[in-house]
Amino acid sequence: MPLILEKKQLSADVFRLRVQAPLIAEERKAGQFIILQVNDGFGERIPLTIADADPAEGSITLIFQRVGKTTRLLSELNEGDNIAHLVGPLGKPTHVEKVGHVVVVGGGIGVAPSYPIAQAMKQAGNKLTVIMGARNKDLIIMEDEMRAIADDLIICTDDGSVGRKALVTEPLKELCESAEKPDLVIAIGPPIMMKFCAKTTEPYAVHTLVSLNTIMVDGTGMCGGCRVNVGGEVRFVCVDGPEFDGHKVDFDNMMSRLKSYKEQEHSKSCKLDAAIKAKEAEMAQ
Amino acid sequence: MSHEMTDPETLAANAREKLESIRSREAPLTTRDRRAIERQEMPSQAPEVRRSNMCEVALGLTPEQAQIEAMRCIQCKNQPCVEGCPVRIDIPGFIKQIAEGNFQGAIDIIKQNSLLPAVCGRVCPQEEQCQAVCTVGKMAKDVDKAVSIGRLERFAADWEREQGTFEVPEVKPATGKKVAVIGSGPASITVAADVRREGHQVTVFEAFHRPGGVMIYGIPEFRLPKSIVDLEIQTLTKMGVEIKTDFVVGRTRKLTDLMKKDGYDAVFVGTGAGLPKFMNVEGENLVGVFSANEYLTRSNLMKAYEKELADTPIYPSRKVAVLGGGNVAMDSARTALRLGAQEVHIIYRRTMNEMPARVEEVHHAQEEGVVFDLLQNPVRILGDDHGCVKAIEVQRFELGEPDASGRRSPVPIPGSEFMMEVDTVIVAIGNESNPLIRQTTDGLTVNKRGNIIVDDNCKTSIDGVYAGGDIVLGAATVILAMGEGRRAAAAINEMLASKA
Repeated sequence: MPLILEKKQLSADVFRLRVQAPLIAEERKAGQFIILQVNDGFGERIPLTIADADPAEGSITLIFQRVGKTTRLLSELNEGDNIAHLVGPLGKPTHVEKVGHVVVVGGGIGVAPSYPIAQAMKQAGNKLTVIMGARNKDLIIMEDEMRAIADDLIICTDDGSVGRKALVTEPLKELCESAEKPDLVIAIGPPIMMKFCAKTTEPYAVHTLVSLNTIMVDGTGMCGGCRVNVGGEVRFVCVDGPEFDGHKVDFDNMMSRLKSYKEQEHSKSCKLDAAIKAKEAEMAQ
Repeated sequence: MSHEMTDPETLAANAREKLESIRSREAPLTTRDRRAIERQEMPSQAPEVRRSNMCEVALGLTPEQAQIEAMRCIQCKNQPCVEGCPVRIDIPGFIKQIAEGNFQGAIDIIKQNSLLPAVCGRVCPQEEQCQAVCTVGKMAKDVDKAVSIGRLERFAADWEREQGTFEVPEVKPATGKKVAVIGSGPASITVAADVRREGHQVTVFEAFHRPGGVMIYGIPEFRLPKSIVDLEIQTLTKMGVEIKTDFVVGRTRKLTDLMKKDGYDAVFVGTGAGLPKFMNVEGENLVGVFSANEYLTRSNLMKAYEKELADTPIYPSRKVAVLGGGNVAMDSARTALRLGAQEVHIIYRRTMNEMPARVEEVHHAQEEGVVFDLLQNPVRILGDDHGCVKAIEVQRFELGEPDASGRRSPVPIPGSEFMMEVDTVIVAIGNESNPLIRQTTDGLTVNKRGNIIVDDNCKTSIDGVYAGGDIVLGAATVILAMGEGRRAAAAINEMLASKA
């Protein structure tokens, strides 16, 4: 069972874990993800992207946002605890080559998976511009890491508490119109952000990749739960992706599919909330 | 068939009486006597009870029933049943032991050829294999009157398990050779055991968190209890086979690296069919459309049927359409009922006669209230404003002129389309080969359907790499996978011995 080597809370709901996983650390490439399960018996399998890896130490870094029951349980684990199951690396790696000017757009927690891709693109000799977006200053993650590799770093927040008060699509559009028009855009973040990044670049014919994070069970092509419509064809995110041509993805269908289990997930999360509160009340007494 | 005929207590009482009367006879049973014995019905849970629980439907023959059923075998000389069995079990031999009340003797004979008797006794399509050619059935001109070989196999395996006398197969002294087995379904389990027996070190790599392959994620609890599969896996570990779960060969480690970097002398690929086919009709990506693989995996492997306990959700369905007519379609329909659906329809393009599912499964599904919409085919799936399934448009078919094969193929009736309101659609029309291994293994030859090409010894285009089961055959059965595994294991053992 993979051991948690380090845990750090990055913001109110965002956590970083360094986890022992030597084989994954050795094999993983930019763009790939893992699937983990916090509990053995009745636990759920969830996909998480790999934010970083250290093959020498045999560890990988996971960054996740506490949103549902499983991520909540994961956030309760500490250094020295084990994660019941962790499998990967899954998905096709990002195709990395020198194309010229690469713009990486990371929104919210999506900055984490975009980091290894940005790193690989930079190493391949590309000029790298990074656009990071979040609701506010507290939700900006991995700023130092990105600053260390980017030729240009643009930060946007919804409330203007740091960087520009703008959506990430604003600087993206400006770049498309500038003399340094991007040769490739990679956008990773909430589906709605990826949808509008793709819409922004489309009129300028700038090739735009998006990395999708859909509902999955096995992550090896067996269940088909992750299927998306790309250019009129059914593709599986786990084996055909997770990266696809953003101009061809049917985001509306993908977004409705992501809500398939909204009610059940909400009720599970509420029950867990109630259980945690009851336990806290008990301990306070 | 009414449930009275399968009520366990009635059947047990009748069998006790019958066995007494046979035992009190002076003269031994003649062939004519044996043929006069009626086939023993399988004791089962009543349909109205079982459709709301996950427990096994068929409860297994009682010892008296098993003995009587075994006496139906006339021990014919030419033994067609053995030929009909993909792993060549000495069927008359083990049946004779059951008839004589020597149940240990029976299971010992079965185990010489089959590693998974409790599984195969339950899920093998015996009516197409050993029982199809049974002389007793032939004489009665009715395959349903054949000796119930499968039920007897299951009886012997269950008897042994309940006795707890289970013995771990002997393993020869260590050879120092290492074999990697990819996947942990029926083909892989067979290879692992057969190779381990020769004293080679064996590691099984499973992508999921729990071993057993399709027997764990696919076939539901009510048809194959998971505790039985777990026990078969335990046998492997007791033999010294190492099982590595959460390991995707091709991703966690490349297949060829297992040999180059990790020192494995041979690799067996038994990764199964696992890539669900869809119909390519409009609306197939709507919320509420699932592959049978996904639906069944959520329920079986992830235990979503334990709604209060499991973290994995399953779609709450009221009215379900299942597309397809195989065993997986039956499993999906019956699972949906058990999860609380009020109405479940099987939509199938041909008629009952062409349905690939086992007769027994179709029959069970009918008893439980699954509706069969035959000679019908989906045209498109319609969604509501939220992108959720609200209806399916279906077209009626009729049987046309016989084609080249003599089969009357279904032809659509123009203008016969109609709407059926449903909230869930489960697509159970089969699997294609999973691309993971072929995409990540240079030099591995596959056919145009993506199935791995092997020679008569199950060897692939790469030296030291063998393959078997659904990844070679396309979607097939547990027993065919086992048969392939047996052949591959023999070839691997021979190859390793020659490398001494």
